[in-house]
Amino acid sequence: MSEIRLQIDGKEVTAKEGMTILEAAQSAGISIPTLCHHEKLEPFGGCRICIVEIEVRGWTKLVVSCVYLVEENLVVRTRSEKIDRIRKTLVELLLAHAPDSPQLQALALEYGADKDRFEKDASFCIHCGLCVRYCAEVKKKNAVGFVDRGIRKEIVFIPEIAAKECNRCKECFSLCPTSYLQAAFVLTEALAFPRASSQARCPG
Amino acid sequence: MARLNTPEELEKFRQEIVSKRDPNRSCISICAGAGCLASGSSEVMGAFKAEIKKQGLTTDVDTKGTGCPGFCERGPVVVIYPEEICYLQVTPEDVSEIISQTIKEKKVVDRLLYVEPTTGEKATHESDIPFYKHQERNLICNNIKIDSKSIDDYLAINGYSALAKVLSRMTSEEVVEEIKKSNLRGRGGGGFQTGRKWEGSRNAPEKIKYVIVNADEGDPGAFMDRALLEGNPHSILEGLIIGGYAIGSHEGYIYVRQEYPLAVENITLAVKQAEAYGFLGENILGSGFDFFVKVHRGAGAFVCGESSALMTALEGRVGEPRPKYIHSNIKGLWNKPSVLNNVETWANVPLIINKGADWFSQIGTKGSKGTKIFSLVGKIINTGLVEVHMGITLRDIIYKIGGGIPGGKKFKAVQTGGPSGGCIPTELLDLKVDFDELTKAGSMMGSGGMIVMDEDTCMVDVARYFIHFLTDESCGKCLPCREGLRQMDKILTNITKGKGKVGDIELLEELAETAIEASLCALGKSAPNPFLSTIHYFRDEYEAHIKDKRCPALFCKDLIAYYIDPDKCQACMICLKKCPVEAIDGGKKKIHIIDQEKCTNCGICFEVCPSRFNAVKKISGEPVPPPIPEEERIIIKKSKEK
Repeated sequence: MSEIRLQIDGKEVTAKEGMTILEAAQSAGISIPTLCHHEKLEPFGGCRICIVEIEVRGWTKLVVSCVYLVEENLVVRTRSEKIDRIRKTLVELLLAHAPDSPQLQALALEYGADKDRFEKDASFCIHCGLCVRYCAEVKKKNAVGFVDRGIRKEIVFIPEIAAKECNRCKECFSLCPTSYLQAAFVLTEALAFPRASSQARCPG
Repeated sequence: MARLNTPEELEKFRQEIVSKRDPNRSCISICAGAGCLASGSSEVMGAFKAEIKKQGLTTDVDTKGTGCPGFCERGPVVVIYPEEICYLQVTPEDVSEIISQTIKEKKVVDRLLYVEPTTGEKATHESDIPFYKHQERNLICNNIKIDSKSIDDYLAINGYSALAKVLSRMTSEEVVEEIKKSNLRGRGGGGFQTGRKWEGSRNAPEKIKYVIVNADEGDPGAFMDRALLEGNPHSILEGLIIGGYAIGSHEGYIYVRQEYPLAVENITLAVKQAEAYGFLGENILGSGFDFFVKVHRGAGAFVCGESSALMTALEGRVGEPRPKYIHSNIKGLWNKPSVLNNVETWANVPLIINKGADWFSQIGTKGSKGTKIFSLVGKIINTGLVEVHMGITLRDIIYKIGGGIPGGKKFKAVQTGGPSGGCIPTELLDLKVDFDELTKAGSMMGSGGMIVMDEDTCMVDVARYFIHFLTDESCGKCLPCREGLRQMDKILTNITKGKGKVGDIELLEELAETAIEASLCALGKSAPNPFLSTIHYFRDEYEAHIKDKRCPALFCKDLIAYYIDPDKCQACMICLKKCPVEAIDGGKKKIHIIDQEKCTNCGICFEVCPSRFNAVKKISGEPVPPPIPEEERIIIKKSKEK
């Protein structure tokens, strides 16, 4: 694979062909915030927090660094007034769902996001898809998936698969930025395949 | 039917079809498009067939169910050939008169003709009707010439001659060059140069390539692709096969929405017919070129009109756009080079091949060539499909073709480009309609929806309506679209309910910026347009809603009140009886008063109050005047004074 030279925040960076801007930045010790990114998973491009500004052939545009592949002589800026403003709004939109998430709080601090900008909505999931994709791509079990569309979209454990697979795995639990996943699992478990001990405790 | 194995066989067969047809034979063609079917054209067709049989004319008269001629407002549309007499709003009761008068006696039934409302003049032929006269109908004109289920009819009007020409006399490179030279731009929304898209795919090294018809027309109020698919499916298929040949693809897909059952039926039938005639399959017309087509029915998601979401759905996965920064003509369906064009784009291809790129590019403006079909809907006299040359002014479309605004109301704005288009105000009525001018005005061409709005339309509510639609149709994958639009929808809804706050406009602007700059696909990137264009041209309406809690168009239910003017009320009891919540107090000769506590602002009293009294008033942003004292409510005194 050929080497590609690019510039990130004024720093000359060498990357391998096929790398994303995010990977190139990380390899050079430059930090770009992410929420839906995971090195073991295919780029998702859902949260858009890793948005950066690039200059290609005289054009400036905004792209998400977890998907955009490095190009020779690419000039990348990971922060600008506009990028910060967009990241701030994005974090604020998520804080309406999960105001207590440590990851979101850290981002809120960095970008000056106000957790009360938007009316709260107790739905917790921020649709990063980490659980769904980890289960599908790494574990190849598809025990948890997305259902419905748009603002009604939610994660759901598929009881038939979850009953067999989840209790001995639970690797996705630690990936969830809001702990909603655990709640969804506990609910599915209680409804669809309650553990013997909990059944025993349950009167009647 | 045996396969046609060479272009010569096709020509011979075409001559046979044409020679069997007597141009002087009577033919009754009835629109069988979705609009006319809804207004009863299949009953009219049935009545014609029965009457023809009854009068013993079966051997002398043909009937034909054609595609949509566009004048949906006056459907069912019936055209009698060879005289080309056009009858509008025909009912089964009119049928026997048409047969005995027009078919037998060659007399025109005057009362079924189009009447020009201003002059009272009647128009016998379609071409005399202003709605048609000012159009330039290159594509949709064929809809009424053919039975939409007959491939022979398509062949009779020179169908598949462009395919024969391409396969026998042009290299694939020449085809791409011809399309490039024509400057045809994609009719689906983006307006990308079709020829350049094809060239990209043609030059890609992969062996497997795909061509796709995007027939997932989902814009509210838009039905031009539907009319083409239902009315002239072979023209799209012919374009697609030519596209396949041009880029070196052997497999095509037609992605048509399930909600268009007649379109699905007609295009599926067209594919079968084309297979039987040898326009699809192996070694088409002896050229050695193989091409196969599958019809895929979309499951009803607006976002699947977006190219990468459509391809993901074709692959059998959830229809969500993919995040990659690579054009689908290089890596598209199953990661292979894929040319996706809209229905209307494909339908233009055979025309360009037959008539030449020079012919095509002389129509239109510098940057936008050819004609474009718009669906003209909303507060307009002549609702329907209109095909016009690029560069025609909005004024000509709305007034000359559309006949203006009904009810003597004033024009306020026209929304172009579908839900993520923008609203263009009166000041810009002379704007020349093409891709670039519409974009400059803060709207877009989109796929060609045109929704006309009159003075009674609240522009804040328009923005709310479209943003709500897009929120509902967002796939939910990316945050700025899913959450950003949801918040925009909430804020706009609040404003229309009188709960707007100072700072809402700025917040909406910030959310709009985030959606435009950070969304994954074109749905999110263009979704803020309805807000941005209305805030640009109608900011005063937003401010009136937020600051004065007033809806200037008197539309937003939560911001208006109904009130009966005591000086005008004649105590006729009509509104009192019609009020569904018994909010009106009064009696015979006793002036009516609306109990504001009980009133639900349904507006029935306003509608039923006789116009000669005009006593019920709609008000906004001002307090309702207090009810007059009880003793002054007796009406006798007032009439004596008069």
